[in-house]
Amino acid sequence: MASLDLIAEDGVTRPATDPAGQALALRGMTVSYGGAPAVFSVDADMPPGTMTAIIGPNGAGKSTLLKAALGLIPRVSGVVTVFGRPIPEARDRIAYVPQRASIDWDFPTRVIDVVMMGLYRELGLLGRVRARHRDAALDCLRQVGMEDFAPRQIGQLSGGQQQRVFLARALAQKADIVLLDEPFAGVDAATEAAIVAVLKGLRDAGRTVVAVHHDLSTVADYFDRVLILNRRKLAEGPVAEAFTEAALSAAYGGRLATAARDRNAG
Amino acid sequence: MLLDALTLSLGYNATLVAVGATLLGIAAGVTGTFLYLRKRALLSDAISHATLPGVGLAFLVMVAFGGDGRALPGLLVGSALSAALGLILVQALTRHTRLSEDAAIGAVLSVFFGAGIVLLTVIQTLPSGRQAGLDTLLLGSTAGMLRGDALLIAAGGALVLALVLLLRRPLLMVAFDPDYALTRGLNLHRLDLAAMGLVLAVTVVGLKVVGLILIVALLIIPPVTARFWSDRAGTVVALAGVFGGVAGYVGAALSATAPALPTGPLIVLAAFALFVVSLAVSPSRGLLAALLAARATRARVHLRQGLVTLGQGLPVHEGYTRRLLTRAGLTRPDGVPTEAGRAAAAAALRDEARWRLLRRETGTEAEALVARDDGLTDLAGLLTPDQLRALDARMARPAGVTP
Repeated sequence: MASLDLIAEDGVTRPATDPAGQALALRGMTVSYGGAPAVFSVDADMPPGTMTAIIGPNGAGKSTLLKAALGLIPRVSGVVTVFGRPIPEARDRIAYVPQRASIDWDFPTRVIDVVMMGLYRELGLLGRVRARHRDAALDCLRQVGMEDFAPRQIGQLSGGQQQRVFLARALAQKADIVLLDEPFAGVDAATEAAIVAVLKGLRDAGRTVVAVHHDLSTVADYFDRVLILNRRKLAEGPVAEAFTEAALSAAYGGRLATAARDRNAG
Repeated sequence: MLLDALTLSLGYNATLVAVGATLLGIAAGVTGTFLYLRKRALLSDAISHATLPGVGLAFLVMVAFGGDGRALPGLLVGSALSAALGLILVQALTRHTRLSEDAAIGAVLSVFFGAGIVLLTVIQTLPSGRQAGLDTLLLGSTAGMLRGDALLIAAGGALVLALVLLLRRPLLMVAFDPDYALTRGLNLHRLDLAAMGLVLAVTVVGLKVVGLILIVALLIIPPVTARFWSDRAGTVVALAGVFGGVAGYVGAALSATAPALPTGPLIVLAAFALFVVSLAVSPSRGLLAALLAARATRARVHLRQGLVTLGQGLPVHEGYTRRLLTRAGLTRPDGVPTEAGRAAAAAALRDEARWRLLRRETGTEAEALVARDDGLTDLAGLLTPDQLRALDARMARPAGVTP
């Protein structure tokens, strides 16, 4: 592992850290959809008990990086470790909340059934669904304020409610790391507040949260760390240090970054 | 005759056929549900058409070795091998070329079927092939079905069912949310392959009864029918099995009433009849329910608008609204509100005023409530009596004054 820390980075100096001390550590992640890399040689650390926003312009490779880290799409090169272990050995420690757009909402499944999928490891192939499983699923729904919707078909929910159900499924896994792909895209203000509260609760309990995020104006309120991406990593670290004018200009181009900061200030 | 057929009184052979077809229908409906939910229904059509060359080759091989070319077990093995080859080709074309899956399916389906037809025609010209009757495998035929054949079908169907039940949880997870299933450590590729293997098994087992052209109908129509009756995947799977079984049974029984009736088409028609009935009368997704719901909404809109108009002391102009109000006892035939009508109009006005007030208020709770305002929902039903009283108290305060 030690040699990986010596991988040179482009224009970003960072002391070499030991991946074993990180909840999630990426080293030299490069992803391509056949052509030129969509993500190039990204190193990143997500320490335990932190909440990281992955930000960057459209097409910067935010979701791609997240999916490649999970092994959902193949990577050209790079190493991913979870508490120092390779992903296949640590699957149960990671929960993933996909983008809402990727789901067929007419699928014949109820809210409670979706959350139960989070218990797949416990239930196994033929294990019977018992009262304690149902209670566990309902408890997760309660945490996101959706327990009244348990018997509904998922297509009957609003976008924000659907997002909360998927967060509840991730909670049911009791994972140490929760990765979310644009959790606030197309949700109402009440849902956004509810999701942020749950995620902060997870972080305060020592879990690690990583979310692809779009809204620059809420980065400082919601997250404690930030990873700024535009194909390459442009900045990484605590929001106070890494979420800078310079890094945003590099990622978004000068004009856009200034506009975003102004909105933030006003 | 028909009643005899349905009550299995047409003799030993017909009973055998009916039992075999029922089991096949159950297995096909249950297996097909996973295919349908994974949105790969058409793949089964490629699989079934790809069986044909295998049937022809198996016949030739068995004859060459001096056996009976028509032995069902041999034909089924041959068809399974060629269907597997077709399936692998579809997967390979989709994975390694830029062809989309539907194009790959079309290509494989037609080429294999064409090759099969050529083979069958050649076989017909051979001295040993004159009486082959392999063409009955196209549309299914149960005339001359042997006890062994029926047992083979029953055993195959039962095996497929057992495997599907074993794999139902991972298969459903993959169908609903493949990315998530991957993050849970499920092997997408192997599960998809397993599902296709089961579909292949159903197809091969069903060759004798339904035939290869129409087996796709028995795999797809029952799940689609079942979807009308439930929002739960487990129930949809079970109902698809029931519908498939009923279709198999009824179709087989009907075909036993006359010697020349092909079994496959009758089974498919029986499945289709169940589909049409479900489409019409399903309580949540049916056409009738949709029609009634649209009418009910229309009536509620007109009643509400009529009451608000009455409450403002204005005349109601639209004929439909006037008729509705009168029928509900809210106005007299001449349009003058009754006692009940005046009370209802006042209530509607009060509700409108409450919504108006709420729209001016800020805060997540008020915003969440306002999001539910569709013009028909009574705010009193969404708030507790205490909240309602507080709201009315705020309304009584003069506008623009904040405490």
